[in-house]
Amino acid sequence: METALTLNHFLFVSGVLFAIGLAGVLVRRNLIIIFMCLELMLAAANLTLVAFSRFNVQDGQPNYDGQVLLFFIITVAAAEVAVGLAIIVALFRTKETTDVTKVNSMKY
Amino acid sequence: MTFLFYLFSALALMGGIGVVVNRNPVSAAFSMVISFLGLAALFIQLDAFLVGILQILVYAGAIMVLFLFIIMLLDVREEEKRRRPLVNIIGAGGVTLGFIALVISVLSRSDVGKATIPALTEVEGPGTSDVHQIGELLFSTYWFPVQIVGVLLLVATVGVVVLSKKELK
Repeated sequence: METALTLNHFLFVSGVLFAIGLAGVLVRRNLIIIFMCLELMLAAANLTLVAFSRFNVQDGQPNYDGQVLLFFIITVAAAEVAVGLAIIVALFRTKETTDVTKVNSMKY
Repeated sequence: MTFLFYLFSALALMGGIGVVVNRNPVSAAFSMVISFLGLAALFIQLDAFLVGILQILVYAGAIMVLFLFIIMLLDVREEEKRRRPLVNIIGAGGVTLGFIALVISVLSRSDVGKATIPALTEVEGPGTSDVHQIGELLFSTYWFPVQIVGVLLLVATVGVVVLSKKELK
């Protein structure tokens, strides 16, 4: 009954999580939640990297290159969140809203 | 092993659905934390202990706290209940289901994905942990990207300070 885990299991979970994040970006109106869904998509892609790293065993060790890349992705994601949230705060100061449908002009 | 995989992937996916479905931004943020915890558990199941812990520390710790701060700072209300355009929902659902179908069709055709988890050789002693291996790679092969990421963090910090100023000169 116990089936062994394959690479497909992990890639499928990663793909579905990415799709959920995509749905959130398309459906939601709140800018903050859209941003959270973007983070979700990024994290889903991380799972793919770790899975490929673990399944590509050389000399009995996982391929650590994938995990190093993931380290960089996490760093960039942290920087991106900081800047993105600062932009959202600046937007809220001028428009008093975080609803994307009400933010439809650049300056006025 | 398999049971834990299903448990934690269900946790990650449920958390993801919670982010999309919850109208209250605070609940969405907490669903996101649950999703990241499930994801980190999957990382650890894949023997990636360092990145699993990093995922919890950076995402669930730092990033989500930042999100919660901003939600409370801006006093974001629950999205009022109103009918969304049907076209919107159908379009988003179509794109999402299409993406999942694409993933399934690609995965079912590839032979690469049918590989089961290869065994690792257990090595004892100092310098064999994944923290050590990743650290060594970071400061030998990947030293230049590390420098660039450092510059990126500096730029992001300065950028956030400038963006947060009340009046831009």
